[in-house]
Amino acid sequence: MSLPAAARPLDVTAAGRARWLRGSAVWLLAAALLIVLPVAVRTPAAIPVMNQMGIAIIFALSYNMLLGQGGMLSFGHAVYFGLGGFIAAHALNLAGRGALWIPVPLLPVVGGLGGLIFAILFGSFSTRRAGTVFAMISLGIGEMMAASSLIFDKFFGGEEGITANRTKAPLLLGLSFSTDRQVYYLIAFWLLVSAILMYAFSRTPVGRMANAVRDNPERAEFVGYSAPWVRFIAFCVAGFFAGVSGGLFAINYEILTAANMGLAASGAVLLMTYIGGIGYFVGPVLGAVIFTFLQSMLSDYTGVWLLYLGLLFLATVLFVPMGLAGVLMMHAPAWRARRLGRLVVPYALVAIGAILAAVGVIGLLEMIHFLVTAPAAATTERLFWTVVAVRTPLPWLAFAALLAAGALALRWAGPRTAAALAEANRPA
Amino acid sequence: MSAAIELVDVRKAFGPTPIIRGVSLAIEAGTRQALIGPNGAGKSTLFNLITGKYPVSGGRIRVKGEDVTGNRPHEINRRGLSRSFQVTNIFPWLSVFENVRCGLLWSSGYRYCFWRRVDAAREIRERTERVLEQLNLTGRRQVPAGVLSYAEQRALEIGITIAGGADVILLDEPTSGMSRSETEQVVQLIRQVTVGKTLLMVEHDMSVVFDLADRIAVLVYGQVIAHDTPDRIRANAAVQEAYLGVPQSGGGPAPALR
Repeated sequence: MSLPAAARPLDVTAAGRARWLRGSAVWLLAAALLIVLPVAVRTPAAIPVMNQMGIAIIFALSYNMLLGQGGMLSFGHAVYFGLGGFIAAHALNLAGRGALWIPVPLLPVVGGLGGLIFAILFGSFSTRRAGTVFAMISLGIGEMMAASSLIFDKFFGGEEGITANRTKAPLLLGLSFSTDRQVYYLIAFWLLVSAILMYAFSRTPVGRMANAVRDNPERAEFVGYSAPWVRFIAFCVAGFFAGVSGGLFAINYEILTAANMGLAASGAVLLMTYIGGIGYFVGPVLGAVIFTFLQSMLSDYTGVWLLYLGLLFLATVLFVPMGLAGVLMMHAPAWRARRLGRLVVPYALVAIGAILAAVGVIGLLEMIHFLVTAPAAATTERLFWTVVAVRTPLPWLAFAALLAAGALALRWAGPRTAAALAEANRPA
Repeated sequence: MSAAIELVDVRKAFGPTPIIRGVSLAIEAGTRQALIGPNGAGKSTLFNLITGKYPVSGGRIRVKGEDVTGNRPHEINRRGLSRSFQVTNIFPWLSVFENVRCGLLWSSGYRYCFWRRVDAAREIRERTERVLEQLNLTGRRQVPAGVLSYAEQRALEIGITIAGGADVILLDEPTSGMSRSETEQVVQLIRQVTVGKTLLMVEHDMSVVFDLADRIAVLVYGQVIAHDTPDRIRANAAVQEAYLGVPQSGGGPAPALR
């Protein structure tokens, strides 16, 4: 109570308008980026990856409505993605037979409605409780749907899944979606619309109260809100957008299998959202881009790429639980004070340590993988642009030494870097 | 019906242990009243029963003449009864501004609205700013509430409670753990924000109680042994006995009640 009476009447209308303009500028910039990206990136293989990214971003953003904004740790969010996708795929097939007039560009809405209906169904009981109970129920629903996919094989297509053909649906404005690039622009459109709507939701009374319920469900009850209702509404909206991304998946890949709504898919969206940072709206966007990029790049190079993603997740949880977006935002005060330059040297030291440790870990893991999978006669493999004699002790010692040196360097540089960051962030 | 809160033979037991053993109490609308009693008397439990946190084991509870027995906390809050907590109970990751705003969204008619931007609502912003000014927290509006000082959090606790404009206010030990000067400021704040409203507060600081309360209810071992004006409570032999544990031979107020 011994505060200075800072009677600083803020010109809220002007500030509000400035915020609105800044907000619109961000979305316009994002739109411009989405339009230019396939033109700027010349690699033909990049378009499918970008399509995958767009789908993953919507999915991860919808997941963060639960985890980051509503405090609901779900292990089964892919259920709504998958069901939305299956419903969209069936709708696409019906449209192809002429039984239903739904052009491809509107299919994501069909997927969204599918996700919404099942979110209403499952959310009606799972959102009554938060925390562990909610997490367990989400896991149970995920397992239940995995079992259902085998039982209701007419709908889920059994092992082969459901295939569809996007070129047979009725045309809207003459758009045929016969190329990846056309699909890209469809995904980009729905990505932008979904992201804007999801952001807008977070600024509505219920969106704000979802944050409040996350922080303190008891207190939310004592200011007039039923915490289960708030969670339920957020859950339904998240289910809708998961369904939208599932619908886009159906359009993009023209096939859906039970694996798309399985535990692994639910785990993947948790990983990407967490790596990106659950505390910021932009976090899941970064996470989905990085995750998809690593997924598509690493899987070309190594058979143990999932292991690396797991390690990345572990490192995030252990060392930077605020995620990538959180780390970036931590630099805002230093950025404003123009002191980022002071961090170059400490960060370079951390980077050296991290690279050494990473090379060590990768070398060891790849050699183990080699020993387990390569034919007995094979003795060498190519690692880091050199030929390594795996069945001799030298490379093992070398990579172990690199890992140890990297770990020591990180131990030494870590606290110093943290101190340097705190110093750079100190208010002038 | 002139009672803002009316308890009729309210009982509460946890397992076989009775905590509240038949409390009947009427808090007249527009008065400031205090609930006192030794540790473990059941004061916080009684608050939790009135506000719907716990279901009663027996008896009826009426708020402003309406029977609310068995209602959920949010339903009781919507009738215009709001409470604070003994242990600070705020939204730690939300800004101070948002904490207060959460307190008034429902009563402003926004309810479960998910199609309007809350930042665009001018009257919400202005009401929030007014509460922040009362709390002396305007300068801290953008800070996450979790990093406020203890005294600031206690003030915010009251702010969230009164922001919605409830006319029946329950405060659970609003001055606990505060220094003398901080206590004085909180008393001033309480006086200011409860003008024309009904206040029921649990409080251990007797100077605060006798300063603020029009009437005092004394709860001992789950029963109200006295409900009267401060002067009569001060002179009440049974109250002194309850506080000191020995029968008073008469004369002079008990030290604890000075």
